[in-house]
Amino acid sequence: MREQYELIVIRHEDLLETAKTMKDEGARLVQICSVSTKEGFELSYSFAKGYDFINYRIVMDADTQITSISDFYPSASLYENEMSELFGVKIEGMQLDYRDQLYMIDAETPFKGGN
Amino acid sequence: MGKRTIVPFGPQHPVLPEPIHLDLVLEDEKVIEAIPSIGFVHRGLESLISKRDFNDYLYVIERTCGICSFMHGMGYCEAVERIFDVEIPDRAKYLRTIWCEMSRLHSHLLWLGLLADAFGFEALFYQCWRMREKILDMFEASTGGRVIFSVNKVGGVLKDMDSAMLKGFVAEFDSMEADVRKLTKVFLKDYTVKSRLKDVGILTKEEAIQLGAVGPMMRASGIELDTRRLGYCAYGDLDFDIITSNDCDSFGRCKVRIEEIFQSFSLIRQAVDKIPEGNIVVPVKGNPDGEAFVRVEQPRGEAIYYVKANGTKFLDRARVRTPTFTNLSPLIKILQGCDYADVPLLILTIDPCISCTER
Repeated sequence: MREQYELIVIRHEDLLETAKTMKDEGARLVQICSVSTKEGFELSYSFAKGYDFINYRIVMDADTQITSISDFYPSASLYENEMSELFGVKIEGMQLDYRDQLYMIDAETPFKGGN
Repeated sequence: MGKRTIVPFGPQHPVLPEPIHLDLVLEDEKVIEAIPSIGFVHRGLESLISKRDFNDYLYVIERTCGICSFMHGMGYCEAVERIFDVEIPDRAKYLRTIWCEMSRLHSHLLWLGLLADAFGFEALFYQCWRMREKILDMFEASTGGRVIFSVNKVGGVLKDMDSAMLKGFVAEFDSMEADVRKLTKVFLKDYTVKSRLKDVGILTKEEAIQLGAVGPMMRASGIELDTRRLGYCAYGDLDFDIITSNDCDSFGRCKVRIEEIFQSFSLIRQAVDKIPEGNIVVPVKGNPDGEAFVRVEQPRGEAIYYVKANGTKFLDRARVRTPTFTNLSPLIKILQGCDYADVPLLILTIDPCISCTER
């Protein structure tokens, strides 16, 4: 049996509102995944309500800055630090900002498009 | 307020089989804050998609970790199969289920051994790992490997197990179950063990949800969720209850993992009884085009595989969100306020796999 899930594209400006709605509905944040594209990034914010699996997709250019959802989901900090350090996604307002020290690696944003 | 000191913990520490670093902010003997740093075994496996085609990449992804290697390969294959919209044969689903549960068994026994070693019960550690060796022997007999198995393939599995082998395994598990039951009594009844685990590392149900705990870490906080309930592989045909505990402490996590060992024995028996005859692989031609998310219940909890393909033999992205990565936030929480002496045990109770976390 194959799991069915939703994939909903949202604007990056709607991210906080979406996270708040998910939080109010009791959903768990299960992952944030970044993909480097030619234009910038594709971010997937995945939530689970019970066994329902809902993914929100943000497509944005490399210069766009998004706001951290760690005020609603403290566990987002690790994913956001990972996206920031490995991909170079610009994120403001992280509750826990490791300032490029979560991964003890020499390469700067090794997974950024074009690297 | 007592004197504050920052104590570096790891990356090399006797209790850590793999490197992770924590800066522990102590006030006298109490931990006020724990700040983790990872990356000591970061290998950039996810970036190798640009150098290996999607079939070869399977052998990369299963090297993410030496304990969950089977499930990493399987989760990746399920994601690619989903993009191809390929249904694998029923026999392959059952074989994958059996190997998944054997992985869970050897992972939980490994963890019990490490836990025993951490609180100084060396004989118990050896006994747990002696049991685990038997499962590795069975892996070797059925796949040819003891750590990396390479039996998954996009479209099914590469090796079959005949009925004599399956019955032999069940007989071995029957005798092992009695031995494991004797062993686990020590973990559940011994005064010393209880004194180290009971009421230590409390993670409430609300905190577990808020901080993204998964697997036994989550279920030991009273949350009844198990990704196997989604019915992937043959799990939809098998009967099992979700094992939870309302203890919310280290003892609860230990209890959940122990009960999951016996559950795995039961699931393997059921799978062997119900496994159908037939092919073990279907041909898959061409290159994948599209994307897919797949969730799998690893021994440490829910793992998420994401694959994005572009119609060529090289993928755009392959990502694994491993259970330990998401269990780091709960770990930071349970370390706050604990005694310094409990830090090694608390790190162990999340059953950390740093190779998985860093990839």
